[in-house]
Amino acid sequence: MTRISVKVDGTTYEDEVEPRLLLIHYLRDRLGLTGTPIGCDTSNCGACTVDLDGETVKSCSVLAVQTDGSEVTTVQGLATNGEWHPLQTAFHERHALQCGYCTPGMIMAARGLLRENPHPSADAVRHALEGNLCRCTGYQNIVRAVLAASEASASSPASASSTASGQEVTT
Amino acid sequence: MSEQLTEREVGRSRPRKEDARLVTGQTNWTDNISVNGLLHLAILRSPMAHARIDRVDVAPALERPGVIAAFTGRDLSEGTASLPCAWPVTEDIVLPDHPAVAVDEVRYAGDPVAVVVARDRYAAADALEAIEVDYEPLPPVLDLEAALTDGAPLVHADKGTNRCFVWPLATGENYETVKQRADVVLHRRYLQQRLIPNAMEPRAVVVTPLPASGEYTVYSATQVPHVLRVMLSMVTGVPEQKLRVIAPDVGGGFGSKLQVYGEEVIALDVARRLGRPVKWTETRSEGYLATHHGRGQIQDIEIAATREGKLLGLKVDLLADMGAYLMLVTPGIPILGAFMYPAIYKMDAYDFTCTGVFTTRTPTDAYRGAGRPEATYAIERIMDELAVEVGLDPVELRRRNWIGHEEFPYTSISGLTYDSGNYEAATDKALALFGYDELRAEQVKRNESGDSVRLGIGVSTYTEMCGLAPSRVLRDLRYAAGGWEAASIRMLPTGKVEVVTGTSPHGQGHETCWSQIAADALGVPFEDVEVVHGDTKAAPQGMDTYGSRSLVVGGAAVHHAAQKVVAKARKVAAHLLEANEHDLEFTQGVFSVKGSPEARRTIQEVAFETFSSHDLPDGMEPTINAEHLVDPENFSYPHGTHLCAVEVDTETGRTSIRSYVCVDDVGRVINPVIVEGQVHGGLAQGIAQALYEEAVYDDEGNLVSGTMADYLVPSAPDLPEFTTGRTETPATSNPLGVKGVGEAGTIASTPAVVNAIVDALRPLGVQDIAMPCSPGRVWEALQSAQSRESGKEAQSS
Repeated sequence: MTRISVKVDGTTYEDEVEPRLLLIHYLRDRLGLTGTPIGCDTSNCGACTVDLDGETVKSCSVLAVQTDGSEVTTVQGLATNGEWHPLQTAFHERHALQCGYCTPGMIMAARGLLRENPHPSADAVRHALEGNLCRCTGYQNIVRAVLAASEASASSPASASSTASGQEVTT
Repeated sequence: MSEQLTEREVGRSRPRKEDARLVTGQTNWTDNISVNGLLHLAILRSPMAHARIDRVDVAPALERPGVIAAFTGRDLSEGTASLPCAWPVTEDIVLPDHPAVAVDEVRYAGDPVAVVVARDRYAAADALEAIEVDYEPLPPVLDLEAALTDGAPLVHADKGTNRCFVWPLATGENYETVKQRADVVLHRRYLQQRLIPNAMEPRAVVVTPLPASGEYTVYSATQVPHVLRVMLSMVTGVPEQKLRVIAPDVGGGFGSKLQVYGEEVIALDVARRLGRPVKWTETRSEGYLATHHGRGQIQDIEIAATREGKLLGLKVDLLADMGAYLMLVTPGIPILGAFMYPAIYKMDAYDFTCTGVFTTRTPTDAYRGAGRPEATYAIERIMDELAVEVGLDPVELRRRNWIGHEEFPYTSISGLTYDSGNYEAATDKALALFGYDELRAEQVKRNESGDSVRLGIGVSTYTEMCGLAPSRVLRDLRYAAGGWEAASIRMLPTGKVEVVTGTSPHGQGHETCWSQIAADALGVPFEDVEVVHGDTKAAPQGMDTYGSRSLVVGGAAVHHAAQKVVAKARKVAAHLLEANEHDLEFTQGVFSVKGSPEARRTIQEVAFETFSSHDLPDGMEPTINAEHLVDPENFSYPHGTHLCAVEVDTETGRTSIRSYVCVDDVGRVINPVIVEGQVHGGLAQGIAQALYEEAVYDDEGNLVSGTMADYLVPSAPDLPEFTTGRTETPATSNPLGVKGVGEAGTIASTPAVVNAIVDALRPLGVQDIAMPCSPGRVWEALQSAQSRESGKEAQSS
């Protein structure tokens, strides 16, 4: 057992953990932070994506002991004073989720992208989210949502639909 | 009380009610559930495709730290019956015994062999290594045709054959007679590769027992809590009334969670044996072996036509890979497709035969579209080939054969009554959005210039049967259950509304759409409606969610139940207003007396008056709540036209989708943004079959594409932007006019993409490419076409 001290979503936890314990299992099984799900066992799907000291990581690929002294942010720590993060709002408004299982990881990965590139192109969004799989949406509305959040963050009045290249035509 | 509505809900793109918990991580996935004393199951699985089990010893596992119990198949076979198959498609179908844990023989890599129960998931996984098993290898059965030959090794030796069933359907004139009249007869063989459904949430099950009363609560990542409850009771003997099944938040299904899985039976049985709560959660790689697969067919299709391109007849011979056992609806999947091969076309004869074949692979069962994508692929592929043969544009060939909009209702050659549709309108709109003529002109130009990147255009005009299903039709198809759906509406004292549905959503947005339907029918605010689902105690009746049925059947049930509530409320309102109920108008939630609009009661006020029951009409039961069950009178038939333009690099074999346009007619639309989302997701899965995905087995029967690193689920850069459009021809078989949208995109898109690729390469001699059309496959097809062409030249010179 190894003693760790890690701040998760603003709360500091001190725990004895097995060296082999994965961060995702620590979050879910020890801290009860089940908002971050597990979608695979090969680090392909990205459902478990979290923020570790400002880096976007897949928490299935990090050991809990590696986070000693670190700060972790999960999807459950994104809202401030009850206000959703712009990405949470955009995913809701743009219908960027269906079953929602990939959504926590998708939002965390998109947050990492916007931190590095606040105004990405649609193509840049697609490539930045390559490590996050969604089986429901076909990604189009996820791209729209990330672009919309990018614009919301820049307080631009332009609507996101004007930048999304896909279109819907109804009768 | 609440302000009355000024805007109709149905037809609005309401952002979803479901999203709040999903975007904030306040979800309740099955694997999130924990209770005091929870034990974890791990399952040892066969590493071989086919072997006799000589010995299983779980005793060493019991020595491992944290292990509470361990069981062999023989241990668990006492007290549990064979896993169920609810769709024995023929009277003489071969129905093998299917224990949840193998007893004497394993029949696919992944077949369960033993179970460990431990205090945490790590300890359970560790202890599997200590179990000793002696296997005597048996020959794998992998080739569908070889499996049917005399002397082939048998998957189920006691059955004496690998032939599970033969299911024929011959309609119209005799096909062979019709064929004599044909100028053109084309025969093709298409391969439907096996696919792995890949719902993002792996399967999980938690069972909490109450030993004193013999009650069990089963939480499962399932599409079908109601079906599961009945089946678990029948398999384990736990009385149905003692069994509560809850489908909490469920992270996608696509058919893969339309199942009664061995692990659900094992978890219930172990919880019963130990009297303690247990959980099992699959790993993704385990799921690749243990969660059913989809597709897996060899399609021989023959089409007979005149030289003008008029279809005369169609003959289909299908070999369908059942896998090692028959799961819940395994044999019925290709039969759902049987009716769809004639698609939107008129013809004189149809001759279909499906042979189900056992192999030593993971069982197959429903995967998005379930039989219908396979049928649509084959007919739409061969229609393109026929267009080439008779020298017509593929769209023109379809026009010459499809059912005209003035011909509805139309009984198809396979016996389905298409109630409505307008193929001309959808196609014209799609062609315009796509810029079809311009793209064809560009294609000619580029082909003439010898561009090494070829442009191809693919067409797919499809219909599908949705809204499963009229119960009498299911009887005729030998399906064990009915196809009805239930809804009830509870008017709460404060005027708020609970809509209880028997459908069980896992991403489709029922909470939002059912709220929209109820809000309009009752005239109450959208926000005042709560939808209750997925719990057999709270929503006791239902047939669950699959086959694009939920809105068509379950949504219609909500509508009908609301009409009953209004009818009861009208009696109360009339009494309170001292008016004849026939003199009352009901508009936007308000009952008012004709001619004196100041005399009014809202339905929400009536709910409270009914709750207090101080002044109800004499003899009236003190409730305006209502329940309604719908048994659909017909299937529904969405249709549409999909057009795909691809660029194929002939030097690398790489295909990229340049544009994808679809115009779908799914009838009336409750929530346009949800419909668009369903289409997007459907397209992604259909395109994935065309370009990326395949469950690959080696010659020993091992699943080679056994992890998410080896099986190509497309990510964002692998898919194009889609342009979606709609036409609206309401269904006539339900009061909402809806047709269902869950599977349309998947059904239509696969042939559109492959037709485009073949169209791009046909000038170079390519006639077909087996899916998935990976760069390697495309390149090989080009090489062999080239050597064919040069062979021809050599012969003629």
